Amino acid sequence: MSTLTTPITPAPRSWALPDRGKVAMASLIIAESAIFTIFVVAYLFYVGKSLTGPTPEQVLETPVFYTICLLSSSLTVHFAAKSLEGGKHVVFLSLWCLTALLGGLFLSGTGQEWHRLVYEKGLTISTNLFGTTYYSLVGLHAFHVAAGLVMLLVVLLFGVAGRVSQREARRIGVLVMYWHFVDAVWVVVFTVVYIIGR
Amino acid sequence: MSTIAIETDNHESPTRPWSDALHEWVTTVDHKRLGILYILYGLCYLTIAGIEALIIRIQLMHANNTFVSPQVFNRMFTMHGTTMIFFVVMPILFGFANYLVPLMIGARDMAFPRLNAFSFWLTALGGLLLYFSFLGGNGLYGAGNAPDVGWWAYAPLGAKAFSPGHSTDYWTIALLVSGFGSVGTAVNIIATVLCMRCPGMHLGRMPLLVWLNLVMSGMVLFAITPLTAAQLMLLVDRYLGGHFFDTQAGGSATLWMHFFWIFGHPEVYILVIPAFAFLSEIIPVFSRKPIFGYPVMVAATIAIGVVSTSVWAHHMFTIGMNSYANSFFAITTMAVGIPTGIKIFNWIGTMWGGRIQFKVPMLFCVAFLFQFLIAGLTGIIQACAPVDWQLSLSYFVVAHFHYVIVGGILFALFAAFYYWYPKFTGRMLSETLGKWHFWLFLTGFHLTFDVMHIPGILGMPRRIYTYEPGRGWDTLNLIITIGAFIQAIAILVFVGNLIISYFKGDHAGNDPWDAWTLEWSVSSPPPAYNFATIPVVASRRPLWDEKHPEDPDSRYE
Amino acid sequence: MSVLALSFCFKVAAIAATTGLPLSSTNIFAPATTPAKTIFGLSMFVLAVTAAIFVVVGGLLVYSVVRFRGRASDADREPAQVYGSTQIELAWTVIPVLIVAVLFLATARVIHAIQDAPEPRTALDVTVVGHQFWWEFRYPNLGVVTANELHIPVSDPAHPTPTFLKLLSADTDHSFWVPELGGKTDLIPNRVNHMWLDPPHPGIYLGQCAQYCGTEHAKMLLRVVVETPSDFAAWVAAEQKAAVQDPRVSAGRRVFESTACINCHAVRGAPADGRFGPDLTHLMSRATLASGAAENTPANLRLWIKNPDAFKPGSLMPAMKLSDVDLDAVTAYLETLR
Repeated sequence: MSTLTTPITPAPRSWALPDRGKVAMASLIIAESAIFTIFVVAYLFYVGKSLTGPTPEQVLETPVFYTICLLSSSLTVHFAAKSLEGGKHVVFLSLWCLTALLGGLFLSGTGQEWHRLVYEKGLTISTNLFGTTYYSLVGLHAFHVAAGLVMLLVVLLFGVAGRVSQREARRIGVLVMYWHFVDAVWVVVFTVVYIIGR
Repeated sequence: MSTIAIETDNHESPTRPWSDALHEWVTTVDHKRLGILYILYGLCYLTIAGIEALIIRIQLMHANNTFVSPQVFNRMFTMHGTTMIFFVVMPILFGFANYLVPLMIGARDMAFPRLNAFSFWLTALGGLLLYFSFLGGNGLYGAGNAPDVGWWAYAPLGAKAFSPGHSTDYWTIALLVSGFGSVGTAVNIIATVLCMRCPGMHLGRMPLLVWLNLVMSGMVLFAITPLTAAQLMLLVDRYLGGHFFDTQAGGSATLWMHFFWIFGHPEVYILVIPAFAFLSEIIPVFSRKPIFGYPVMVAATIAIGVVSTSVWAHHMFTIGMNSYANSFFAITTMAVGIPTGIKIFNWIGTMWGGRIQFKVPMLFCVAFLFQFLIAGLTGIIQACAPVDWQLSLSYFVVAHFHYVIVGGILFALFAAFYYWYPKFTGRMLSETLGKWHFWLFLTGFHLTFDVMHIPGILGMPRRIYTYEPGRGWDTLNLIITIGAFIQAIAILVFVGNLIISYFKGDHAGNDPWDAWTLEWSVSSPPPAYNFATIPVVASRRPLWDEKHPEDPDSRYE
Repeated sequence: MSVLALSFCFKVAAIAATTGLPLSSTNIFAPATTPAKTIFGLSMFVLAVTAAIFVVVGGLLVYSVVRFRGRASDADREPAQVYGSTQIELAWTVIPVLIVAVLFLATARVIHAIQDAPEPRTALDVTVVGHQFWWEFRYPNLGVVTANELHIPVSDPAHPTPTFLKLLSADTDHSFWVPELGGKTDLIPNRVNHMWLDPPHPGIYLGQCAQYCGTEHAKMLLRVVVETPSDFAAWVAAEQKAAVQDPRVSAGRRVFESTACINCHAVRGAPADGRFGPDLTHLMSRATLASGAAENTPANLRLWIKNPDAFKPGSLMPAMKLSDVDLDAVTAYLETLR
């Protein structure tokens, strides 16, 4: 067993490394982006290749209102996080609640859209290639919104119980990154499905 | 950097009930324990998948053999491939990364210990699910058993129409679940390396093992996930009536191929880069010189990671892509050989001018260098697409990739075992048994895999449960089988060594190899907290600086 | 040592192939067509380059292992701690880049020469349809449909009459590989692939399916019969005729036409129009049964109909559960389908 002495090198003056929560979330976002990319590629590859109808032009309606809901939820969540950093708990809770509401509106909008497509237009996941790729891509995104929404509600519950303070601002920031990611994915999905694919 | 730590006795006291120890191990979040769990898990599956290989080899020993039915044979090669890649090599590599990365960067654990444990157990569950298929794979009409669609599950063979029952579902879900585990570990390694290095260890001073596991983890993020996506699509097809790969509905079988190989090719680099990491730590120590060209080694690894994302369709040269696509993938495949070759040259450069000690780890490293050189060259041969129109889907390819995975990765793994076993257990592995292991395995390996190139050249396709006599394949297959059994014996010697040395091996001490990275500054095995005081470093080889204060590396870097 | 043996084997294989020694009937180094020969030439070039790289790098490795062995005499001295050298790194980056450039140019040329070769008017068109676990061959311009044995004419280099194959699949992925006639091309459902051959000498060339397609992938064998123009014309004429109507086997024909045989099989001139299984109109013109799984003898034919699993367990032909009388009758009938 060798006996080693303490080093003679002095410690560097400042040693600041990135926050591991943010790095982990960024890595997760990269991984998730890869999954979404594959679904987007499949969607684009199969545009116009369905052997039977209905086609996107025949059945899709651009979800403008629900898109605005989701995208503004990014704004509200951003300001919510800022308020928390500044110690303004009530503002934080209200904006956070509004974010969850907007997210919930988006999901209900998706649900309504799907109900209309299935029961009025006869488009299901097994109808044709368009049906398969549409429900898979939009569904995958909606699932991620739902997962994010659950996390938002958990934080809301803790917040209402008085357990969320400035000290949690860093962790809240990590969840906010995820929410922004979910919104960014919607921008891509929206463009691919409702603009390019039609 | 204090190492006068209390030597903790990791052997439980005799009065402690075994259920306590079991509970400790099952609930551990300590990166060292999880590392060992990963490694033991991988070794168990190595045995099982090895037996599957022997069954394959016995069946192929001579033409028109009837050792197993075609149905059983097809399950054997599917399970052998799937198990070896996902439940042997990946877990063992993650195990070593888990154990060593925090120690080498002067940290006390990974960034997210509980995520670490969760990732391990997900992987473990995946392996159990895959093997449960032998019991539970029967679906409608008793069809199905273990998966038999090959480890690529090409469409439309994987569709409900051609794979009734649940066998393909076990394949899909097992890999889906363990895929989440892999991504979890990758996220953990990235966060650990970027956020938890000890003071003074900026990125240019990390050991190469840490760098290479960082690059590997980055690749996991964007390589495993396409497989996850494709498998979700397959499940949609199989259970929700989807048409992603349904050629009757206008779907594309080649789309599955693209998605699979977009995962599949970077995956093999994910497997080999940690093997490179072991070499980059072991060769310098046994050559008594620092690694030659550290910055180039880092740059080459990143280049491999980037370029390897552009080569995937070299697995698809025969599917009828046009000449431009074939040419593109030919040149990218050749290009990725350049940084890989540079690494080989740098390892030789490390040995050059050194004072090489041929302890068992170094024997495995030298063998790796020869074998990986050959494997890389047979890769370049196949990169020439028209040549691949003959060699693809034949035993030449099987020989090539086993040369990489066994002759390359497994040899590097053996080197890592012999090198770090003293650190993990406090005991040295027996050099004598190690040499028996090495020479036996080397003989069996070459007998099998050198010869295996020839049936490929003589027209033997892969994945056939038997073959016609008179095509010149018979004697060759017999030799290949004999080599497989010699390798099996060598593995038994290895396992014997692992077990015997745990109880009877020489005590290792902190630093049996006179090495230079931080893990050798703590006791063997390390205390649960790794370092009593977080170290501060000033160069790439902190222990060299300590042992040679008159000539520290920090003066030259 | 075993690597030296390997390269020796390569050389033996190549020499044996070119001198025609019967090392194997499916040797990629015994090319018989233009595409196969072009690939062979490229293979030899690439082998030579990689062999040279192996000798150089392997040699350096052997040298370093021998020359820089640790000796007991310098046990306590560390060697010079060299960290790297920019010039050396540059050298061993530039040289591989040049090698890759050369290899790529040679490769691209061959890819283009084979894949983008225009189809001459004198070419014979054959459509190959891959099935689990047999091959269907259709000659659209000649009105011929057959299975498992592909007859094509030789192609005289002076007046080329190559065969251009269109490759389709009825179910899963397959791959058409006859090593001496060229590289393999896959048959993928919902996709049309193409390849061509121009064998200058008559003969029988063997191969088999190379893309795992299910249980009996191993027994999806290929026989390509290359014939002189006159022999080929005779074969075509025989194939174009409808099935032989021999009154002596009417009992067997009745069994064939009234049981489920006609659901899967076609016999031209009889009310049998099934497409799922091979066309049986000229079954007796083939040397093997079940895509090479058994020799085409009366005994084998009877056994195949009685129990296909005897030759090919997992093939999609069901055991027909005929009585012995019916079995004998139907076998006798099929034996007349020359």
